[in-house]
Amino acid sequence: MANGTTNVFISGVGGQGILLASEILSEVALARGMDVKKSEVHGMAQRGGSVVSHVRFGEKVYSPVIAEREADLLVSFEKMEALRWIHYLAPNGTVIVNTQEIVPSGLEEYPKGMDDGIRERRPDAHFLDAFALAKEAGNARAVNTVMLGAFSNYLDFSEDEWKKAIEARVPKKTIEINLKAFELGRAAGR
Amino acid sequence: MKVLLSGNEAVARGCYEHGVKVATAYPGTPSTEILESVVRFKDDVYCQWSPNEKVAFEVAMGASFGGVRTLTAMKHVGLNVAADPLMTSTSVGGDGGFVIVTADDPGMHSSQNEQDNRYYAKFAKIPLVEPSDSQEVKDYLGAAFEISERFGTPVLFRLTTRISHAKSPVELGERKEVARKEYEKDTSRRVVIPAHARRLHVKVEKRLQEIRAFAETSPLNRVEEGDPKVGVISSGIAYEYARDAFPDATFLKLGLSFPFPIDTARAFCERFETVTIVEENEPFIEEQLRIAGVTNIVGKEKIPLCGELNQGIVRDCVSGDDGKAAKAQVPPRPPVLCPGCPHRSTFFTLNRMKIGSTSDIGCYTLGVMPPLEGIDTCICMGASIGNSLGFEKAIGKDSAKKMVAVIGDSTFVHSGITGLADVAYNKGATTVIIVDNSITAMTGHQQHPGTGVTLMGEPTTKLDYIALAKSLGIKDARRVDAYDLAAVRAAIKDATDSPEASLLVMEGPCALLDRSTWGPALEVDSEECTECGLCLKLGCPSISKDEDGKSTINPLFCVGELCSMCAQVCPVKCISVPEKVEA
Repeated sequence: MANGTTNVFISGVGGQGILLASEILSEVALARGMDVKKSEVHGMAQRGGSVVSHVRFGEKVYSPVIAEREADLLVSFEKMEALRWIHYLAPNGTVIVNTQEIVPSGLEEYPKGMDDGIRERRPDAHFLDAFALAKEAGNARAVNTVMLGAFSNYLDFSEDEWKKAIEARVPKKTIEINLKAFELGRAAGR
Repeated sequence: MKVLLSGNEAVARGCYEHGVKVATAYPGTPSTEILESVVRFKDDVYCQWSPNEKVAFEVAMGASFGGVRTLTAMKHVGLNVAADPLMTSTSVGGDGGFVIVTADDPGMHSSQNEQDNRYYAKFAKIPLVEPSDSQEVKDYLGAAFEISERFGTPVLFRLTTRISHAKSPVELGERKEVARKEYEKDTSRRVVIPAHARRLHVKVEKRLQEIRAFAETSPLNRVEEGDPKVGVISSGIAYEYARDAFPDATFLKLGLSFPFPIDTARAFCERFETVTIVEENEPFIEEQLRIAGVTNIVGKEKIPLCGELNQGIVRDCVSGDDGKAAKAQVPPRPPVLCPGCPHRSTFFTLNRMKIGSTSDIGCYTLGVMPPLEGIDTCICMGASIGNSLGFEKAIGKDSAKKMVAVIGDSTFVHSGITGLADVAYNKGATTVIIVDNSITAMTGHQQHPGTGVTLMGEPTTKLDYIALAKSLGIKDARRVDAYDLAAVRAAIKDATDSPEASLLVMEGPCALLDRSTWGPALEVDSEECTECGLCLKLGCPSISKDEDGKSTINPLFCVGELCSMCAQVCPVKCISVPEKVEA
């Protein structure tokens, strides 16, 4: 957390709800009165491509992007997307990985060795099955709030602050499922 | 109250607060969300999608003639399309405040080149305003309108992807209405016949000197004191990267960077042994300093010219430290045509018939990826049709059997119509295929003159491609159901066999437009599957092989009966819609 700025790098595959997760994190930090910058790229990336979102918050934030070796938290919604971006993690940073596997277009099967690749670089990597937890919460599409719950353990905001932001951002009908998903993720990510 | 806004949303908010009355654009990443956000204020700000950037620019110019604050927005290459009105409108000036937003794309996240549009300000001799974050976007937009009105000039307002698409806190304000300037006929200014244009050029040069004097004292250009031994000059998003890379340095931050405030910059440089110029892409600031004889600067010999910067790159390049972490080897995850995409049939058929295509800018450019590989060329908006005609003039009339033009509906309206007129006029035998998904899809579903709906959500007239082609003199023009592979093949065969020009409109709405059209996923009867792999040649993300080598369909991705292209290509008919279970 150099210069008092916290850097959270979120990666995954288009359609996994990454942007909503980074939106909620940004709102939580803003509500605390912090300066926040969040950056992602729209367009090409949406067509099933690799998607990343950078969130930085602190007293005063300049750049909206995280540079290599600067991420305090690398949160990946998909396994191989964790390994693709792992060089963004700071030497003392934490990586949290959803074990879900999404086969990239052009490949007939999922590449082997992704777990080992992550563990080799980060023996302390934290894995969880967010897809299963989302289904347990009541909707397979709640992977993003499960992951939010998981990485919330590593940031200095209260459970209440998170829940308020989730309630404000997700569709009304899904608030209950999303809060459950958040709780399951928070318990699993500890 | 502070809210998180992207740079694009901040432009829209600025339009609202600074009394803008008319805003126009053609969508293009990373600028698209500007007008999509302005439409939230449609009670106060009239806004529209134009068929292309040139028309958007001209409509905005007309509104400025009409005396109101006007904004037009486009991506960097869009300004090339609008360059004709840009280069001359700049000498007219003097009406309602006029701001041109250019959203450049360093790193080419979604673009065909990395041009640095700051040079357009110099080329067109107009002021250049460069904000660095969303708050500055909103505030500087007001300043840009004031400069435009005070000096009687359009102002170029430059964003880049990381400003347009980054969110940061913005303090909201109230709307301030700006009175409309009464129109008075003034042909000496607005009719640029040579006699007038000669006088106007002199006026423009004088105006530039006045604005330069203004830039020397403008608060948009400021010194931020820090370490008296370390000096940095920067602007736009590069300033934010430089701020993180050199947290203690003394900065000259340029927000009004053309006409270049050379006295301020020279005085700044004189305070230091060496000054680092941090710029993304071209050495725009550095050149101005070097032309003026300032030599104690370090710029592009250290900071990369190609690609996007960040604080890490700036820090490492200046310090000479190459301490990058090693990247892991991971297979790429490229974007592809979506499951259920109606464009798939055209490229699959061209591939099977061994016909190439000159193509164009849009989702369908993804038809270049394996296994479809149906595209030979893609250069700029609308180029496909002229390229195919030229290819034919080089190869001979039979070339249509080797090369057709493939263009999307929105791109056709943008700049394909004149190409089609050329094919008819110059007796081409060209086959032109409009892959018509009834929307500007790549940029996220914007309306256009072929959809029958305006940006403000009103129903309107709808362009009839067939009637248009017939009126141009193309007799063979027809609609084809894009989801019917046999019909697509028959139509392409007819058109490419014909000695005359043909227009095929492959109709199928973007599968993401209306999810209520989706049904249960198709299923493969693996007992019957012969592992021929033909369905895999469709390049559909839902289809892959299982452990036994049989094709399998991912039920989370497949859109169902709507598409069914895999069922159509299967030679043993082992792919089908699941039977309905009666409740």
